[in-house]
Amino acid sequence: MHLTIDGRVVDAVAGQTVLDAARAAGIYIPALCYHPKTGKAGRCRACVVEVDGLRGLKESCALPVKDGMVVHTATPKVMETRRMVVDLLLAEGHHNCISCQANSSCELQDMVYHLGVERPSFLIESEPTPQDLSSPGIMREADKCIHCGRCVEACQNGVVNEVLAFAYRGSHARVVCDDDLPMGDSTCVQCGECVQVCPVGALVLRQPREQKIRPHETTATRITCPYCGVGCQIDLHTRDNRYVFAMAHENQWERQPNKAMLCIKGRFGLDFVDSPDRLRTPLVRRDGELVEASWDEALDLVAERLKAAKEQHGADSIGFFTSAKVSNEENYALGRFARAVIGTNNIDHCARL
Amino acid sequence: MTNSMDEVLKAKVILVIGSNTTWNHPVFGSLLKQAVKHHGARLIVCDPRRIDLVDFADIWLQQRNGSDVALLSGLQHIILREGWEAADYIRERTEGFEEYRKALEFYTPEKVEELTGVKAADLEAAARLFATSGVGALYYCMGITQHSHGVDNVKACVNLALITGNIGVEGGGVNPLRGQNNVQGACDMGGLPNVFTGYQPVTNPTAVEKFSKYWNAPLSDKVGMTLTQMIPECGEKIHALYILGENPMVSDPNLHHVEEGLRKLDFLVVQDIFVTETALLADVVLPGVTFAEKLGTFSNTERRVQLSIPAIKPWGNVRQDYEIIADLAARFGHAFPRTPEGLFQEIRDLTPSYAGITYDRIREVGIQWPCPTEEHPGTRFLHAGKFARGLALLTPIAYRPPAEEPDVEYDLVLSTGRIYEHFHTGSMTRRSSILDAVVKTGHVELHPDEARKLGIASGDRVIVATRRGRIETTAMVTERVARGSIFVPFHFAEAAANTLTNDALDPIAKIPEFKVCAARLERVSSQGG
Repeated sequence: MHLTIDGRVVDAVAGQTVLDAARAAGIYIPALCYHPKTGKAGRCRACVVEVDGLRGLKESCALPVKDGMVVHTATPKVMETRRMVVDLLLAEGHHNCISCQANSSCELQDMVYHLGVERPSFLIESEPTPQDLSSPGIMREADKCIHCGRCVEACQNGVVNEVLAFAYRGSHARVVCDDDLPMGDSTCVQCGECVQVCPVGALVLRQPREQKIRPHETTATRITCPYCGVGCQIDLHTRDNRYVFAMAHENQWERQPNKAMLCIKGRFGLDFVDSPDRLRTPLVRRDGELVEASWDEALDLVAERLKAAKEQHGADSIGFFTSAKVSNEENYALGRFARAVIGTNNIDHCARL
Repeated sequence: MTNSMDEVLKAKVILVIGSNTTWNHPVFGSLLKQAVKHHGARLIVCDPRRIDLVDFADIWLQQRNGSDVALLSGLQHIILREGWEAADYIRERTEGFEEYRKALEFYTPEKVEELTGVKAADLEAAARLFATSGVGALYYCMGITQHSHGVDNVKACVNLALITGNIGVEGGGVNPLRGQNNVQGACDMGGLPNVFTGYQPVTNPTAVEKFSKYWNAPLSDKVGMTLTQMIPECGEKIHALYILGENPMVSDPNLHHVEEGLRKLDFLVVQDIFVTETALLADVVLPGVTFAEKLGTFSNTERRVQLSIPAIKPWGNVRQDYEIIADLAARFGHAFPRTPEGLFQEIRDLTPSYAGITYDRIREVGIQWPCPTEEHPGTRFLHAGKFARGLALLTPIAYRPPAEEPDVEYDLVLSTGRIYEHFHTGSMTRRSSILDAVVKTGHVELHPDEARKLGIASGDRVIVATRRGRIETTAMVTERVARGSIFVPFHFAEAAANTLTNDALDPIAKIPEFKVCAARLERVSSQGG
């Protein structure tokens, strides 16, 4: 089906929302409480549009597409509403982009920029809330929270760890862990799903901050998690060829095995790749000690000793442990080496352990 | 897994046995909790420990360690007695029913209560729930397999799924959750002593001929030794060992024997990213690279072949693992492909289930094998309409107790496993600063009753001893374990659980009995003392 958005004819499929269709066509509509993984929440009113034939403003994140629909995303009424949304958020929070880790990867900042809001209309003086640094992996900053509810929804109903919730009322309302405990003392399992969906800098990873590298300064590469067999697809963020942090890969998340979720190991357990303990050179044993050697020395020695064992005791005197950690290609190569080069089927790995 | 992970959202009833899912497969654990919370699935958890998933369960059956065959057979006994079985499915898709039914007669609810400690009434309720709720999915992990009767446990799971008509059905299946990111792939690639790639038996002359021709080399048609058989044969039948990315000095049962064995070898090569406990014993250590530096495919627990892209360029005098193997093969006059894609082409040529998968097809989303042609979309669940062997075999299973049970001298049941924050031998997670900050070292879980009896409090130093060895570690008093049971995670070399474990093996799978052995606890000092 087709609809017209801001005068452009746009393709859409049944079941999509107007927001989906607009975004797929590259048309910007801000949405602060809606996230593809947490769904529509109807809290922020940032995504409102006008539709010919429908009265009033409509939330595009909740509006199903219809063939022939005519949508306007930037009418004066729409812009006025969005500006009010932003004004109120800027007024009640402490949004300091200069020092914020989310700078350049913040949906509120994007919205402000698109609207051209130079300075907020109101300012409310408030005591700053201290940052919550009790959790080793995640930093919380309540003053940057825009109460969009994504993190609560994700924690309660996505990963179903049921730690984050809204508490208190009115202007005191905020997101808490358990009965308002510091995150590090709560039942939080540090899966980082809340960080994954937070649109602003209220929930951020501590790793980039500790390295003084903002997320937008990194390069993301999709890898497969090295831990359990779920095979989570992870964006490994690096800079200068070093690990900085990890996020779940969100592209086509519904078709990926992990649905863009991670656990503590996939989220925080990958910095071992840069460990100073990494073995960086071949070693051979001389006079009882393992000492550094060249590749030729090491490989010649291995070839020589394997040949000797085969000659002396036969091919079946040699065994191979292949690995559930290396790739299929590498497992295949070692299997071919054991079977075709050495001539034994003595090959196994830790599947039983 | 016969089925895909997200099919759990389509199951009407889920039975989890021997899997601490939210700790060991946390992301799948979230899908499972979603199934219960949002899709109305009923959940039965069978586990000797009160694992976190119990909070989401309709029924929790707390069987004694090692009594799974009795528990699973007891459920089946009731299902047949009540006529809840899928009679058409049994008639059309299985064989061996009569003999199987006879063997089940033994497992009356009373007998099962005696063997498992599970109340007959709870067993009856679980049988009713599993058999009468609609599509049922069964998930298990090492709590089923790591027993001296692990194969019997698996067969009992399969029997239960078969008589309820749940194999070859969307949302159902028998689903072992695999514990390593490429343990499925290592098996698929023939990293096993009895099969080539794609499970083509080394004893099948046609397969031997095919591989021999492709590799241009004569091949052995004799089944090789498993890892658990090779270790005790070190210095006897095995003289040289090549270990790629494994750490048997922490992961294998009865570590004193492992060390003794490895020291008896004429020659030990270890290819790894760290100087592991095992590498310390090697004659040559070859530096490979991590997952983050590799181009290549990994096959997950649902048979999904996924392409991983290198995020970091390896530095130092290291080589890609496939390159090391090719360099070595060259010294024997064999030319191996020198790119991952070249190797993958060989895999496709030799392995019908991978033949249709190309790097280009899986650049964004992986494909689940079997995928025989480039037009094939891959396979979400196996055994639809027909089993590989034609009819599925219902196997009669006789009850066997664990190889070692508690006695006067060693009065507790010891089980080992993983915790949420760490992984396997700890060589990766313990070098991750955040994980190391969260959990620094090992512990032993014990029940408050045992703690009272022995005068132990959480944080006290204690000795855990078995007939194989002893370790000193820290006590964690918790109701997560049953009375009379203790649990020790195996990630920590300084208090290595596998010093304690029994190397009794399943006669067929040769898997060690990590989940049950007899142990005793002694208090060393109170906290800080």
